[in-house]
Amino acid sequence: MEEIASEYDVVVLGTGLTECILSGVMSVRGKKVLHMDRNDHYGGEAASVNLETLFKQYGNYQAGTEPWKKYGRPNDWNIDLVPKLLMANGDLTNILVSTDVTRYIEFKQIAGSYVQQGNGPRATVAKVPSDAGEALRSPLMGLFEKRRARNFLTWVGNFDENNPSTHNGMNLSQTTMKQVYDKYGLEATTRDFIGHSMALYPTDEHINQKGMAKDCIDRIRLYVNSMARYGKSPYIYPLYGLGELPQGFARLSAIYGGTYMLNATVDEVKYEGGKVSGIKATMKERGEEGEGMKFETKCKKILADPSYFPDKARVVGHLVKAICILNHPIDKTDNADSLQLIIPQSQVGRRHDIYVAMVSSTHNVCPKGYYIAIVSTISESGANHHLELQPGLDRLGKIEEQFMGPPIPIYEPLESGVNDQVFISRSYDASSHFETMTDDVRDIYRRAEGEELKVEGLKDGAGLQYEE
Amino acid sequence: MATRPQQGGRPGGARFAQFKLVLLGESAVGKSSLVLRFVKDQFDDYRESTIGAAFLTQTIALDDQTTVKFEIWDTAGQERYKSLAPMYYRNANCAVVVYDITQAASLDKAKSWVKELQRQANDNIVIALAGNKLDLVTEQPDKRAVPTADAEAYAKEANLLFFETSAKTAENVKELFASIAKKLPIEQATQRGVRGGPAGGRPGGVDLGARAESGTAAGGAGGCQC
Repeated sequence: MEEIASEYDVVVLGTGLTECILSGVMSVRGKKVLHMDRNDHYGGEAASVNLETLFKQYGNYQAGTEPWKKYGRPNDWNIDLVPKLLMANGDLTNILVSTDVTRYIEFKQIAGSYVQQGNGPRATVAKVPSDAGEALRSPLMGLFEKRRARNFLTWVGNFDENNPSTHNGMNLSQTTMKQVYDKYGLEATTRDFIGHSMALYPTDEHINQKGMAKDCIDRIRLYVNSMARYGKSPYIYPLYGLGELPQGFARLSAIYGGTYMLNATVDEVKYEGGKVSGIKATMKERGEEGEGMKFETKCKKILADPSYFPDKARVVGHLVKAICILNHPIDKTDNADSLQLIIPQSQVGRRHDIYVAMVSSTHNVCPKGYYIAIVSTISESGANHHLELQPGLDRLGKIEEQFMGPPIPIYEPLESGVNDQVFISRSYDASSHFETMTDDVRDIYRRAEGEELKVEGLKDGAGLQYEE
Repeated sequence: MATRPQQGGRPGGARFAQFKLVLLGESAVGKSSLVLRFVKDQFDDYRESTIGAAFLTQTIALDDQTTVKFEIWDTAGQERYKSLAPMYYRNANCAVVVYDITQAASLDKAKSWVKELQRQANDNIVIALAGNKLDLVTEQPDKRAVPTADAEAYAKEANLLFFETSAKTAENVKELFASIAKKLPIEQATQRGVRGGPAGGRPGGVDLGARAESGTAAGGAGGCQC
């Protein structure tokens, strides 16, 4: 076993997507990076696991039985633990392209984006209209409302921040979204699907906040532009599951000199004058005899997911989710092989939306004939959290297997990390995409490096050979 | 986009197929040097650990009608602390497992990599065992630590191709890759639909790289960027 260097610029702890992107861009920028994970696999919370692992992780079976065997080879399954999709025109897509990590990962479209209106068995499930033409054909609105929605979407489509003549007389940074909706005379149900299934807000908090109109319009434009890019939905998804994403960025980091170590636990974090100065750690494979490889190294900074520094993070909410295996598509969705379905909170008497994300064999995540649907929301009650998912589970029809654990705490750092140079990432939130994750990447980079992260042109960095 | 094998044809009905090749072996046995010799016909005595190449490609003509393109993935050092990702093995069509004929322990390591490949990679992967640094033994025969017959017997038993090579003198390097190419299922790969082409060409597949040029509303068409 080779010796560890005596000093690194950055030690990264945890191989979740946030950490792997940061590790990758820092290595490309010439930083000396040591990247470790206590697990024997990449991805942390953002890993994709096989069916046997999933059964064992949730303890969903009786000792001595092997229920996963009836579902074919366990390794033909790559089941995400985090229910998220990529916006085709979003920042993660931008980072993937800018770093050439697209060389390692293939993507496919998600076949449809749906929203529910009403509740119970008679609820309407319909495609989210993404442009003026679709608005006119949508069953979500009556005849006159369709025209008003068309006017609104046409305005959003033409909106240009730098061109006041497209602002329709409003100063969006001073306006609430309610005022904008009022101006276009949109009905409550229309506001609901626009805010929740296009702007993708998980709550109604955005409606009355002054100045949120700009953010909301940006979000709707991201949705519409993502939709326009490939046509079926605004979402894309990596073949073999989301777990490919951290692996791809880890490879980027390694190619630019990053050192990788799985099965490595941190025994001690050392500080000098209040700032981090190094770590003591042990690398030991599961089942390996002896003490493992103990080592010590200096570092200037640590980037870590919150699980490595529980005393530097606080819980800001709980996510509840159920991973479900189906052998049929979801009713009322045109037999889509993959989709996102949003159940806005107001439709089912909640404060947070319920999301359903479904992928299938089309994305090489399961054998033919199966579908993996994850139902998730933010927990609003201390008890009976499984009931909170029920409106989403009801949409799925017959469920072959269901995996649901206790509510998952969502962490955020207590401090910026500037003082001790230990920078903690946020947990994956309840949003249905990665936009808040890349915001966190950029935020951590800014705090840690004192400058904005520019990914454009990264792959053309100095002295780097890309071979053809 | 990294995809394999890629079917395709050339004018005149010639055959062309692309395959993903992965390198494995202990650090400092000469994995990257073998590839550098094969791809660029170069050798560097003081080569540092691999930096900065996503993968290298090299094309060889098997005969007048048949061309094979290798997309060669280096470990990027991730094997050093047993931290290779499943992505590395995913859809690999062939592998070169390298050991150093002057270091007996490196053959043991190679054997464990072969096991790992059989566990993680496709069932029909073509594996070649390469005993590198033949030049050292040619100069000083007493440096040899792994007898040719021993390695050959292991390779035969495990159904591997086997060569002793020198990245430094180029001995057996071309032969190594050519023999892999001959064993690959070119007929299948040149037929449409064998394990897919680039995602951009599949139903529902998208080519993110096309974004820069085409702006909005690409049809997901786009070809291969290889």
